[in-house]
Amino acid sequence: MPDMEFILGHMNYWLFTVLMMTGLYIVVAKGNLIKKIVGLNLFQTAVFMFYISLGKVTGGTGPIYPLNMQIDPDVVYSNPLPHVLILTAIVVGIATTSLGLALIMRIREEFDTIEEDEILKIETDLVHGENKVLGEAMGGRS
Amino acid sequence: MVSEQIHVARSLMDHLPILVVLVPFLAAPLIVLTGARRLAWPIAFAASLTSFLISIKLLLQVLDGGVISYQIGGWAPPMGIEYRIDAANAFVLLLVSAIGTIVMPYTVQSIKAEIPERHHTLFYTMYLLCFTGLLGVVATGDAFNVFVFLEISSLSTYVLVAMGSKTDKRALTAAYDYLIMGTIGATFFVIGIGFLYAATGTLNMADIAAHISQHGPDRTIETAFAFIVVGMGLKVALYPLHLWLPNAYTYAPSAVTVFLASTATKVAIYVLLRFMFSVFQPTFLFEMNVVKGIIMPLALVAMFAASLIAVFQSDLKRMLAYSSIAQIGYILLGIGLLSNTGLSGAIVHLFNHGITKAALFMGVGALALRSGSSFYARLGGMGKVMPWTSFAIVIAGLSLIGVPGTAGFISKWVLVQAAIEQGWWPIALAVVASSLLAIIYVWRVIEVLYMKQPTDATRREAPLSMLIPMWIMALSTIWFGLDTELTMSAARAAADGLLNGFSMEASH
Repeated sequence: MPDMEFILGHMNYWLFTVLMMTGLYIVVAKGNLIKKIVGLNLFQTAVFMFYISLGKVTGGTGPIYPLNMQIDPDVVYSNPLPHVLILTAIVVGIATTSLGLALIMRIREEFDTIEEDEILKIETDLVHGENKVLGEAMGGRS
Repeated sequence: MVSEQIHVARSLMDHLPILVVLVPFLAAPLIVLTGARRLAWPIAFAASLTSFLISIKLLLQVLDGGVISYQIGGWAPPMGIEYRIDAANAFVLLLVSAIGTIVMPYTVQSIKAEIPERHHTLFYTMYLLCFTGLLGVVATGDAFNVFVFLEISSLSTYVLVAMGSKTDKRALTAAYDYLIMGTIGATFFVIGIGFLYAATGTLNMADIAAHISQHGPDRTIETAFAFIVVGMGLKVALYPLHLWLPNAYTYAPSAVTVFLASTATKVAIYVLLRFMFSVFQPTFLFEMNVVKGIIMPLALVAMFAASLIAVFQSDLKRMLAYSSIAQIGYILLGIGLLSNTGLSGAIVHLFNHGITKAALFMGVGALALRSGSSFYARLGGMGKVMPWTSFAIVIAGLSLIGVPGTAGFISKWVLVQAAIEQGWWPIALAVVASSLLAIIYVWRVIEVLYMKQPTDATRREAPLSMLIPMWIMALSTIWFGLDTELTMSAARAAADGLLNGFSMEASH
């Protein structure tokens, strides 16, 4: 039975889940292409948070060598590996965001809008146009 | 018996597992730095050819069941990143690098028509980066490394798809949709890896496998499995997660579609296989239920629904995109049978479908080059005007159906065998029944190509630089349909390797 201690003890997971779902909801629910990218960013940031909090060791300090290079066995260090991994993931996230924004710029140039429903309407019209031409070529039906 | 050499890299030959990835990776920025359009193609071709030759050498080294473990920078696993080549990934490396190399000559004429000239150098850069990413995903034995390479290949794929915007502006929205869905998939995958790391404290795949087989699965590992399957499912285009695929394949430049259709989804399937069978143990009950109860029914739905949609398409390229989803269904079905034969069938179909689809999409690209689009209405009577291209499409189309004597027959035969082995007659019948749907959609193409009057008799045959790669692919579908020695033995070795997992490490 989850008690108060369980809930508080897993605070980082609760926060991660809420943030992740918020991000995913924005990606799915919003029609504006830029807002979708923002949602995607939130979603990814939640995962970064998850990884970074994994590396936390209770009472642990920063995993840095002391000046005299003598490691004291009594000192507890945090796990640096998840932090390093997430540096890579952050770089990937930045690349994805910039590519997404660049694509939105090109979409705006070509479609003159960044709203999903308007783009969908333009694309549907294009398909109807194609079907009409094709229908005539195939013998008058469309 | 699995024999493992302790890897001490002394000569260049010992560095082959990293060189296969590194050569295209370094060639990509080189193309940008030289900036010369004349040099871009030769550099890209030399790099992909080098990777291809290395892959052949690697496959020959591991075909007897051996494993090459390469430690990057001399850091021993599990601390360091390990590249691990066994029969399964050497086979996929060979497929990816072979297709990547054979598509190269094809790109020259194809992109001249479809991509603005000032983007040509960047096209080759992106192509090589995508190639690097796919090879890296396959070669590595480190779970997080898979994610990094996956994103390298995905990001360059989005750019490649968007490059189709000169022909049709919908390429941009297709690329955008793919970016959103691909990123969600990759992020799910990375969450899964995070859970695995939390549960096992390691990122090395063999080490994770050893930990799971010693301590058994727990809730965290089951969650990790779920995230990884859904994340990779998006990349594989597993049936309900396939929505990005038809548009991306239809609006991408022809050369890009050829490359993506025959490699990108196959690599994702390889990752799925690697995680399902090597990292997580096949005896893991939760996994069995997921595979039998979720993946298998979805694969069956894909085989029928996607084939049925393909029948009603009016655009050849789009039809082939839907047929790809159906073919992925066959591969997943082989995985779902959870037996050695089923897995061999899945792996051999992965290869055979790769070469078949490459030939078909090359044919579509050539037709589109001469007729301006790939709509059936524009392709009437092309069999008379472009006999070589059309005939290559017919051969590959027969392989898509699974006519005896072609590569497609071999893999479907193995799949049917695997189903019968388990006594699942309805599944065997389903494979045959959905092949009947394939007959309909391939027949429609033949009808359009050969039984209509040419709309424009002044069109010419495709240039040789496109015909030769197309015919290499078309003839190899026949070759691998008659001589199954190489593909079947490699697939069996791969299936054995995957089903045994990393059990050797687990024992000590």
